[in-house]
Amino acid sequence: MTDSDVLLEVRNLKKHFPIRKGVLKKVVAHVKAVDGVSFSVRKGETLGLVGESGCGKTTVGRMIMGAYRPTEGSIWFSPPNGKPPLDLASIDPGDMRELRPHIQMIFQDPFASLNPRMTIREIIGEPLIVNKVARGEELDRRVHELVEMVGLQPQHMSRYPHAFSGGQRQRISIARAMSLYPALVVADEPTSALDVSVQAQIVNLALDIQDKLGLAYLFISHDLGLIRHFSNKIVVMYVGRVMEYAPAQNIFERPRHPYTEALMSNVPTTRPELIGRRIVLRGETADPINPPPGCPFHPRCLYAEEVCANVVPPLAELSPEHQAACHFSRELNLTGCDALGCAV
Amino acid sequence: MATILAVENLRVHFFLDQGLVRAVDGVSFTLEEGKTLGIVGESGSGKSVIGQSILRIVPPPGQIVEGNILFQHQENGATTQIDLAQLDPWGKKARSIRGREIAMIFQEPMNSFSPVHTVGNQIIEALRLHQDVSAAEARNRGIEMLGRVGIPQPELRIDAYPYELSGGMRQRAMIAMALVCNPRILIADEPTTALDVTIQAQILELLRSLQEEFRMAILFISHNLGVIAEISHEVMVVYFGRVMERATVSEIFKAPLHPYTKALLESVPGIDTPVRTHLATIEGTLPDPHMYIRGCPFFGRCGECEGNTVCRDEPYELTWVAEDHYVACPRICVPM
Repeated sequence: MTDSDVLLEVRNLKKHFPIRKGVLKKVVAHVKAVDGVSFSVRKGETLGLVGESGCGKTTVGRMIMGAYRPTEGSIWFSPPNGKPPLDLASIDPGDMRELRPHIQMIFQDPFASLNPRMTIREIIGEPLIVNKVARGEELDRRVHELVEMVGLQPQHMSRYPHAFSGGQRQRISIARAMSLYPALVVADEPTSALDVSVQAQIVNLALDIQDKLGLAYLFISHDLGLIRHFSNKIVVMYVGRVMEYAPAQNIFERPRHPYTEALMSNVPTTRPELIGRRIVLRGETADPINPPPGCPFHPRCLYAEEVCANVVPPLAELSPEHQAACHFSRELNLTGCDALGCAV
Repeated sequence: MATILAVENLRVHFFLDQGLVRAVDGVSFTLEEGKTLGIVGESGSGKSVIGQSILRIVPPPGQIVEGNILFQHQENGATTQIDLAQLDPWGKKARSIRGREIAMIFQEPMNSFSPVHTVGNQIIEALRLHQDVSAAEARNRGIEMLGRVGIPQPELRIDAYPYELSGGMRQRAMIAMALVCNPRILIADEPTTALDVTIQAQILELLRSLQEEFRMAILFISHNLGVIAEISHEVMVVYFGRVMERATVSEIFKAPLHPYTKALLESVPGIDTPVRTHLATIEGTLPDPHMYIRGCPFFGRCGECEGNTVCRDEPYELTWVAEDHYVACPRICVPM
């Protein structure tokens, strides 16, 4: 792999939201939503970002989309037209506008992300009009093509979103996101509002489109089973930090961070006979305003020792491409998915 | 094993302006003491309405139009069988059972607690409504219960408002409120859906241990097959207001018979699903809820009936196929 294959490179990304109090709105503390996250996405691959609520995974996605400006760090994006990479963290809005067609997003709630006053034709056609890609008959043809690609009936194009079910609406969101043939699609929990049978349809569709258009996904989800099915590489986040970053197969075969192991063991399974051991964690997710000193996971960790409470473990490379932020990741022999049977 | 609740041929219909919706259409099951019955189904299958009709809190314009809900009611040491379906939902009897003998926990604890009263006051209210205890004693019982469900420093947390608690803690407080009167049946409607997996595992563990301790029966409603598999002794699969299959937990996940159950299980990626391949899907969508379907509502989406119109047209019933295993599939139940 050469560097030219890297589409997105996130380095030491941080986002601290100030908390203001009192009449003067003095800043009293910061929510460290994202606190030093690094990863990279290659062209055409899927990176899964997994973690519990409040771990900062959505904030990472939003910073890449340009909705938030990072407090620190950089987001290098290589435009597909061969121009040199640009840093989205410090880009000026005019340049960002040029990059927009290449980065698109699919949202979680298909009931909130579609304008109820626009027809499907207008919703899917808008990005094409705004970016002056197509108009008139050409526009119609492109919209028609997109509607067919996501498996909707072209005769429904003049309907409004309310006439569609959740799964169909998510197909509309996907058609809208794909309308400009983006290089990167940020999908933030795209199936969590859907029933399992519909979820499977959307997953299949997303995989088909990836094969067809060769785009890369940043797939954000709390569902490990889905992340495993979908991703080439996985980032496990906890309280704004990366706990483990590795190719999907490695992480499920042999996790190197106790948090990853616990997450896997907590996925409910329909085959109880497969469960070797269930790890029920103590306590709750750490507070991102006031994260524990040392390793943020140490108060809940089964293997924690004194050093964990004092020293922040660095994200260390254990084998090529496999990184984990744990003092003991070399010594611990953690149980992978096969042994735990985390078959959802 | 004692049966404490028997639901027979329950039908709950919603009389809407657009037409009649048969939300629950002929559902029968029994609930045993100390056991958990899991009800699994997709959204719109009527699983929540089943739970609501037992407590008689079906929102209007929904009505129980047929069926019995036979409950072994205990009062002053004597057990009598009463039909909850015949009770006045706002009458004294229904109110004395609701919260005392049958309690419920909901998906979103933020919406089920009053935001302007402390958690403790709401627990104490539930207790004093049903039992003759002094305010001080009720408070002690509340603190004890909060401790039981794993809330640290219960003597402080009892005075907390719901917004001051985290999602997992709020769900624990909700469970404490439901269990403070020591109910015999607990109806849990998607109690872990809003929670993270690590907290979900804690709550499931808690429900299991509380069930062992209090011997209550649990009716656990969820769309998540994994959660249902972990907590239930018996599982009922519902679709379009009807029971498709009912069996013990090991049977239903190892040897499902109904094509709908099989399709549901296959649509979730598992450990042996090859990664990045197509998942099995269920084609089509749920039938129009206003429609009356005489035969199998899964007709048209089912991969096994091959357009056999017997499935669509012939009425059929939930049929015994093996010990503790019932299926409602025309191909299995109707001789062709």
